[in-house]
Order: sequence, then C-alpha cells, then structure tokens
Amino acid sequence: MLTFTIRRLIVAVPTLLFISLVIFMLLELAPSDPMAQVPLTVPAEVREKMRIALGLGEPTHIRFWKWLVQFFWVEPQVLIDHIFGTSFSDGKLRVLSWQTRSPVMDVVVQRIPQTLTVVGTAYVVAILIALPIGIYSAYRQYSWFDQLGTFVSMVGFSVPPFFSGVLVIVIFSVQLGWFPSIYDTTLKVTDWDSFVKQLQQMVMPVMVLALQITAQLSRFMRASMLDNLNQDYVRTARAKGLGEYVVVMAHVLRNSMIPVVTVIALGIPSIFGGAIITEQVFKVNGIGQLLITAIEANDLPMVQTLTFIFAVLIVLFNLIADVLYGVLDPRIRYD
Amino acid sequence: MTETTQTETPDLSTARSQWQDVWQQFKSHRGALIGGLFFLIILFGVVVGPWIYWNNATFVPTGRDFIKLRDMRPIYHGLWDPSAKVNWAYPLGTDNLGRDMLARLMFGGRVSLAVGMTAMILALVLGTFIGVIAGYFKRLDGLLMRLCDLFLALPLLPMILVAAVLFRESLSLSIGPEAGVFVLIVCLIGITSWMPTARIVRGDVLAVKEREFILAARSIGTKSGKIINRHILPNVLSPIMVSATLGIATAIITESALSFLGFGFPPDFPTWGRLLNDSVDRMTLYPERVIWPGVMISLSVLSVNYLGDGLRDALDPRIRGR
Amino acid sequence: MTFKSLLLGAVASAALAPSAFAERGADGQVNLIYWQAPSIMNPFLSGGTKDTEASSLVLEPLARYDASGAIVPWLASEVPTVDNGGISEDLTTITWKITPGLKWSDGSAVTSADVKFTYDYCTDPEGGCAQLSKFDGVASVDTPDDLTVVITFEGPTPAPYGPFVGVESPIIQKAQFENCTGAKAPECTEANFNPIGTGPFVVEEFKPNDVITLTANDMYRDPAKPAFGRVLLKGGGDATAAGRAVMETGEYDYAWNLQLAPDVIAQMEAGGKGKAVAGFGPLLERIMLNNTNPDPALGPDERSVVRPHPFLSDPAVYKAMSMAIDRELLVEIGYGKAGKVTCSWVPAPEVYAISPEGCDVQDIAGANAMLDAAGIVDTDGDGVREKDGVPLSMLYQTSTNAVRQDFQALIKQWWSEIGIETELRNVNGSVFFGGDPGSPDTFQKFYADVEMYANTFNGTDPQAYFGKGVCAQAPSPDNQWQGENIARFCDEEFETVYAELKNTIEMSKRIELGQQLNTIIFEKGGMIPLVHRGRLSGVSNTLGGVDLNVWDTELWNIADWYRIK
Repeated sequence: MLTFTIRRLIVAVPTLLFISLVIFMLLELAPSDPMAQVPLTVPAEVREKMRIALGLGEPTHIRFWKWLVQFFWVEPQVLIDHIFGTSFSDGKLRVLSWQTRSPVMDVVVQRIPQTLTVVGTAYVVAILIALPIGIYSAYRQYSWFDQLGTFVSMVGFSVPPFFSGVLVIVIFSVQLGWFPSIYDTTLKVTDWDSFVKQLQQMVMPVMVLALQITAQLSRFMRASMLDNLNQDYVRTARAKGLGEYVVVMAHVLRNSMIPVVTVIALGIPSIFGGAIITEQVFKVNGIGQLLITAIEANDLPMVQTLTFIFAVLIVLFNLIADVLYGVLDPRIRYD
Repeated sequence: MTETTQTETPDLSTARSQWQDVWQQFKSHRGALIGGLFFLIILFGVVVGPWIYWNNATFVPTGRDFIKLRDMRPIYHGLWDPSAKVNWAYPLGTDNLGRDMLARLMFGGRVSLAVGMTAMILALVLGTFIGVIAGYFKRLDGLLMRLCDLFLALPLLPMILVAAVLFRESLSLSIGPEAGVFVLIVCLIGITSWMPTARIVRGDVLAVKEREFILAARSIGTKSGKIINRHILPNVLSPIMVSATLGIATAIITESALSFLGFGFPPDFPTWGRLLNDSVDRMTLYPERVIWPGVMISLSVLSVNYLGDGLRDALDPRIRGR
Repeated sequence: MTFKSLLLGAVASAALAPSAFAERGADGQVNLIYWQAPSIMNPFLSGGTKDTEASSLVLEPLARYDASGAIVPWLASEVPTVDNGGISEDLTTITWKITPGLKWSDGSAVTSADVKFTYDYCTDPEGGCAQLSKFDGVASVDTPDDLTVVITFEGPTPAPYGPFVGVESPIIQKAQFENCTGAKAPECTEANFNPIGTGPFVVEEFKPNDVITLTANDMYRDPAKPAFGRVLLKGGGDATAAGRAVMETGEYDYAWNLQLAPDVIAQMEAGGKGKAVAGFGPLLERIMLNNTNPDPALGPDERSVVRPHPFLSDPAVYKAMSMAIDRELLVEIGYGKAGKVTCSWVPAPEVYAISPEGCDVQDIAGANAMLDAAGIVDTDGDGVREKDGVPLSMLYQTSTNAVRQDFQALIKQWWSEIGIETELRNVNGSVFFGGDPGSPDTFQKFYADVEMYANTFNGTDPQAYFGKGVCAQAPSPDNQWQGENIARFCDEEFETVYAELKNTIEMSKRIELGQQLNTIIFEKGGMIPLVHRGRLSGVSNTLGGVDLNVWDTELWNIADWYRIK
C-alpha cells in the first residue's frame, strides 16, 4: 500500500502539470474578456492599453510559463518567508489578480476561513445526519421512516439552492427576523455574544447546503446497505448468533462504505472550493464567490490558480479514497 | 427506463422467462408502480398537453389586453381571496407579461425532461463504462482515473463558453438553433457530470471483482466481456440507479443555471428551471410561480427515483426469489 | 467661502437636520451594500463603477458634478470659467486653485505637485490607466506654485472639465504612489487598497471583492463631518438581496443600483424599512439597427461589414419597427420610476433631447400601413412580410438580464403583429460586452440584425458621445472590431454637423447642433431609442442626507449623511 501511495504521488506531478496546461488553454480559448466590466464610456484604445498592461500582449506560452514560475517557484518562497521571516521572495513578481491587482494567494488565504466554517460545518452536519438515515432506511426498507426519508431527500435534492436559499431568507430573516440575511465576514468570535452571532449567521447557509449533501449521501448509503443486507455473509453472521446491531453496524456497514467513501472524497475538495450559489445567496463571500466573480470578470490568473488548487485537492482526496478502499475491503489490492 | 418498455411485451410462448420474472417482481413493487404512473402522467402532460391546451406558451397579449391579462392568479386562488384576478381560461394564471403559466409549464417540461433524461443517460452510460473499464482492467485504471481527475477539475463556465464559441454556430446551421442548443447543452451536462458515477462504479467494481464468484467464473474460462455483463454490472446496479435519479435533478437545475447565464435556450423558450429562476424575485407576491415548477421538478425526480428502486429490486435475483 | 456655502446648502436641503451641527462620528456606523463587490480602491487601475464609487469615499477630485449635473468646486476653491479668468480666452488653458489648508489623511498638505503627479501617473504609457481618456488632449500640466495647477490643452477645448473633475479622476498622493508608476502600478497592493486621501473616510480594512471597513478621517476639512464614524461597505450577492437587506430586513442603510422590476421594488418598499430613490443621467436603453449585412454566409471578414442591410436600410421598416413599440409599457414593466419614455439618443442634459412626434404612443395599424405603402407585403402567406423577396426575419440579441429578456419577449410580439419575424438570443454579459475579437457574440461584432443594450457618457458634454455615430468608427476586422459606431451608421449630413459641433464654442449653437445629430440618427435608422433609464438606489428610512447623484458618485455627499433618530 505504501509503494502504491508513493507511486501515485509521483504520477500526480505530471498529471497536475497537464491539468494546469489544459485549464490554461481552456481559459485562453474562452471568449470572455477582462474588460467586460469596464463601463462602455471607456474608449476602445484605452481598453487596449489596459489589456496590454495586464500582460495580454504576450504570447500564450510565455504567459503560461510565467504563471508556472510564479506559482511553483515564487509563491513557495513567499510562504517560507512568511513562516521563517526570511526574504527569498523580495522583488519577485507573485501571481497577481487582474481584478484586484494584488497577489492571488493573499486573497485566497483571506477567504478560506469563512468557506471552511460554513461549507465545512455543512459537510460535517450532513455526514452526521445522512449516514444514520441511510443505514436505518435500508434496514427498515419501505417502512414509513424510509418513505419519509426518500421523499424529503429527493425533494431536498431537486430544489435548487437559489430557490431554497431565498425561501429560508424570506421566512427566517424577513418574516420572523431570527437570522441575518447577510453574512458578516468581519465578525470575529471573541466572546459568547459574538459566538452566538456567528452561529446565527451560519444557521441558514449551513441548513441549505447540508440539505443537498444529506440527500445525496443518504441515498448512496441506503442503496449500498440494501445491496449488502441480502448477501450470504449476513445470513451467516445472523446464523452464528450475532446480535442485529453487530451484524448491521460491523459487517454490513463496513462493506457498504465504498460508494459512500467515494462520494465523500469527491465532496471534500468542494469544501475548499466553496459552494458558489449558496455563498452568493447569503453573501458568505468565500472561495466559491471568489471563483465565480473571477470567472465573470475573466480574471485569468485568479481562475487558473483557484482551479489548480482545486485540482490538487481532487487528486489528493481521490488517492485517499483509493487507499481507504483497501482498508475497508482488504481484498482490493493495487499491486 | 428503456427496460420497462421491454418488459411490457413478455414472451408468452415460454412459461416463465427471466423478463417475466422481472416484470412480476416490478409489478409487486407499489412505489415503483405509483412512480411509473406519475412519470407517465407527467410525460403525457408535457408531450400531449401543448397540443390540446388552448393557450400558447409564448404569446404575449398586446394593447389593452396586456394590462388585463398580466399577473393573473391561478383559479384556486379565488377560494380564499375572492378579489383575486382569476379567469377560467387561464387555470394557473399568467406571468408578468401575460403569458399563460400552464402552457409554459407544459412546454417547459418538454425541454426540461428531455434535457434531464438525455443528459442523465449520457452521463450514466459514459460514467458506468469508464468506471467498469477502469475498475476491471488494472492497466487502464491509472489513465482513466487521471482523466476523471482532469474533468473534475475543469471549471464548468469557461468550458461552456468555449464550447459555445466552437460549436454553436455550426450546430445551429446544420440542425437549427433550438436543436443545436439542445445537443450542445445535453453534451455539456453529460460530459461534465459522468465523473462521480465513474468513480463510484469503479470503487464498487474493485471490490466486486475480488469476490469468489468472479474467480469462479474466470476459472471456468468466461470471457471478460461476459463477466462484466453478467456478473459485475448487476452487482453495481444500485449506485448507478441512485446516480441516475440524482443526475436528472442535477441536469434540470444545471440547464436552468445555463439559461440564467445566457448560454442556454433562446430567452422566450421556457424550461422548468428557468421558470423557477425567473420567479424567485416575486416569490412572496406570486408563490404559485415558484411552487409549480418546483413541484414538477421534484415530482419527476421522485417518480424516477421510485421507478429506479423498483427496477433495481426487480433485476436483483436474490430479492426476486423472495 | 465656498465651503461655507456648500455647508449652508447641505443644511438647507436637509431641512435643518439636527446632526448637521453634531460632532464627527456621533452617528456611529453606516452600512452600505454594493451587489457588485469593489475589488480595488484605486480608480485608475479599474474602470469599474463599483471600484470608482468605493474609492470616492477616500479620494476626491478638484471639482465634481452635483446631483443636478452642475459643476461644484471640491478640492479647488472655485470652478474656473472664462468669466473669472480661470480659462484662457483662446480656450487652451485652464487654471485651478487648490483650497488652502487641505490635508491628506496622514497629515501632510495637499499641493499642486500631487495633482501633477496624478496626471503623470495616469498617462504613463506602461500603466494601463483606465481613466486615460480623461486626459485626452492635455499637452501639459504645470505647477507655478504650491496651490496652482495650469492645464494646457493641445488646441481650443470648449469643455475643459475632463482632467481632475468627477469621480473618475480624483487626486492621489504623490508621496504614497511615487514608486508605483508605470509597470509597477499593480505591485503596490498596500497603496491600491489603502490609498491616502482627502475624503471623509480612511480605509481600516480592505477585503477585495468582499467588504471594506472605513473610519472617519481625522484630518477631514470640516471638523463637524462626517456624522458617521464608521462605514461598512459590503459587496456581493445580487440586486434583489441588496434591496431586501435595506428595505425589508433593515440590516443595511444604502443599496446601490437596484436594477429590479418595478413590482419587485414596490413589494420591497412595502417592507416599510426603506424606499427606493431614482435619478436620471444620460443612460439610454436602445435597440441598435445593423446598417451592414450580418448574413453568416458572408464569411468572417465581410459579415456585418458590407453594406447595405437587406431590409433594415429601408426607412419604412425601421420607422414601422419603432412605431410598433409601446415605450410607456416598457417603462412600466421594466423600470417604473427609474425609466422615462424617450426617442432621443442623448436624453440628458435635457436641452439636447428631442421628442419626435408620436414617439410615446404605439401605432401598430400605422406601422402596418406604412409597410404596405412601401410595398413591403407578405407575398407568400406565411405571415412574414418580404422586401424584394427577402423575408423580414431578424435575429435580436442582447445581454442576459431579466428586464431585457422581458423586453425581448414583448417587442418580438409587437413586431410579429406588423409582419416581422424575430429570433431571440441572449448572451452572457461578460462575453457580450467583453470585446474579445475572437468571439462571435460581442456587441461590437454585431452578428445579428438588431441588438439591445444601454450606454451613457460621463459628465454633461455629449460631444465625444456623438462621435460614436461617425462612419470611420464602424467596427470591422481592420480595427480589430474595436470601433464605437456599433450600428455602422454612415451619413454625410451627420458627419458635417458633427464636424461643425467640434469647432463650435458658443453653447446655444452647440445645443442646436446636438439636437440635429439626435434627430439624424433617429430619422435615418441608426437606432431605436427605447427608455431613458435612471439609477435606482435603496435608502433606509433612518438614513438622512442622501441626494442621489447620477453624474458623479452616488456617495458624493456621504460626509453630509446622518442618522435620523
């Protein structure tokens, strides 16, 4: 397993380089333009000068090379400088966003806390709710609990967040006035009162996001449990007198985890990637909002960097999922 | 879904064929029957509805009629609010431009269901194929899964922009603007949503192919193709079915997001997602305008879900025996 | 003293508001919400309205436009005119006097060197300054003494209020930006996010594309202002949510630019926590008529370049199309109190506007009669008229926006009633307005028969804006599709009148020529004006002193804002 992991990590390097190239070419080909948000009152010659000042005058391969150097050589130096107080990166050009003209990584670092708190909490909440629902629904298939779970999760999944988000705002902020409709990113949790405030502003986005994730996870959990509940080894386990709890929670659950682990592993990068629509609706302004505004403004360095970080996480967590398969089912071997 | 139509014509010459068993089991699944019935009703409504219904989905009244006919409430609204503007000719009322809601709902359903089903089937076929191949043939695993990583990492929006530039013009010239957009949207949603299915199926295949019965099959010289078809696929069917039901909902909603961003169908072309999207701003004033498209999306997804449940049970020989 | 009169004016307009006499920072915090989040505080590096407005809290120009569109002195002690000797008789120089005693927020004095530096900063060839056009025609900026700035133009300039006037060209501090010129401009993140200014507020924390917190400027020239000690400017989300936060939940005090349908606004106002206020600049929603042939069969170098259009060049067609439109209804559906019926390319300042007869009424029968009379009739019975065998079938494109899509549906219906068939298309705004020469969907390429969007100009002088109707400005492959004459309008009379306007100084004559240009473009098929659009912003009931300004920044008088108690 260790050699497998190491081999995969080595393969990951060319993979990621290739992915970054594909992303770059894709963004190059896309027809949107960084000048789109500049008002029409700015004349065409000035726009052209602004484009050149952004570096768009240079050929594609040079710009890609510059990005590679800045991201893989300068940015790590900045990180080292930041940790050890050294000055390796002095005077070197970092990856600069076209919208803010500031280093992309600074903005990303600024955004990570709110994304992690909101989307991360939603994920944890969703996993904690979805797994028991999925297990029990499968165990008591076609009971009223199962039917209700199916109904709620399917309705929850088919209602898009641009609707459910606004709905909870209308109910809980406008009508009842319980929670703020706008997430305050300047709030710092220092004492009990600010903690309560933080909880209040997190309730609605977490609720909307968790509903989606719960629906998805519980469906996969239930289906996978159902597959395993009819297997011979379950009958054997029962026959040898094991209690129902042990049979279900130890034998069946472990064997049913493979699709669920996959879904969770696919989902964790999106915790960092943020939730675009939900973040927009509640103005959480995390990584998801950063990405969508960057795409709308055609801020190529920002989009490129964000998607690349995202790609690293995807590769990493898929590797973790593969390792977990082997742990869950020792018969799976990769060598 | 194609299997259900096959099962409706059982072979009567043999006493009990395999498909007859499947049909018997399927029939005994109450949820599946109700789901199927609902799905047929919805399908009938959106396919036949616009032909027999008297109002046109894109007609905008003009002149004095405009003020009279816009913002009409659904007829049931008159039950609790006698002063409401209702008219029996417009059962579900009209929108802010005086277009008939029921007509738009039916017409929009055609598009949404067509996009949802085709995109889902495309994603499913692609995902299952790649997942099974990657899980079963170790040599292809690395390559296919890296491809999967690549697609997962690509941002959807720039991809749509690129696709629109490259293909929209030529597609709309060869098969017409609406059909061109349809093909483009379906393909885009399809090729950007097969990855989870592929990864999930591959994970299951990795586990299933180490089981004893596969070893047994292989030891008697069964070919790989046959092992996959007869032994592996039936055992990974349930996650595929879940992906299918979730996939329809995702496809319908993704389509609405695309139209919202200006990459979808022409703006006077209603779809459920777009109806929902357009009405969110007036949610408190005219709740019916969000409720109906929302209910239709949910109902379709629910009915497909139950159909899938029944189908999976019916196709599982272990359950069928009971 | 000008400031005294300004202060008195503010007091009078606020109806003797109690806090006008209060001390600085007494009213606590004011919360603003911009649904487009500001990404930088330096207006020279970003042309986006959201960014220039946010930076106007800190940076100020020498003079600016007030809510009525008149120029008022800001950092200068008075507005130079020919009468007071500030503008030379030959109209080639303008001399600004900076008010003595002004201080930057770091305590240093504001001098003419800062003004000259601002000019150098923006005109640096490598800087990519977004406001470069503000300095068009400037030959030099000189500083005879610490408080005097002399701008010399290359030729006589009847409207010299471009440089250092208005929200787009404020003064930046030389000491702070000295090492940030040219190619190094984007690297000065600290200065770009926290510029030292003369305005009522100072940046405390700037989170790009998210939120800005500002505190009152201790060095602000009026010791009693601003009434608010803190500003929180939140960005992001959408216009609906912003309006809701001000008018329904009351979490915020001011919501910028609410582009929402009137019934949605009315419903929000019913929430009782705030109201929407409107103001009108020269913004015009229009349908551009393609004067060239957009047929895809022509190939990329001739499509939308060769003339004429198969049927839109016929006056009967475009006049009938304009007559079939019910502009009053469009206003009612789409903009409510933020819209007015107009048929004038330049609807404001009002002196330039024209009102052709019959523009405000829909006349479908008349339009049909006009087409019949011109011999454009339906010959094959499919409900669509033909001109010389070409069916009147059009592609109508616009950017993605709920109101624009409603307009498209309505206009399509009206045109169908006069026998014109329309195919609708909407394009994402970032592509449509992007101007990428590689994309077929930009508004400059105009690969459609008609297209709808809005445009405006800065300040109150429309001369440069009228220049968008000149034939040489038509986009084509030769100029990388960057021309500004989107309709590809070409008319000799227009060219002559425009040339005359450029050389005319006398105001009444300029107005007359402007009206002529307005009439030519409408009568000869350059565009179909639809709606004169205003700006709509949401104001909380507890916020006083707001005077919506569409000629400059909406936050122009934030120093006078106060809390109604």
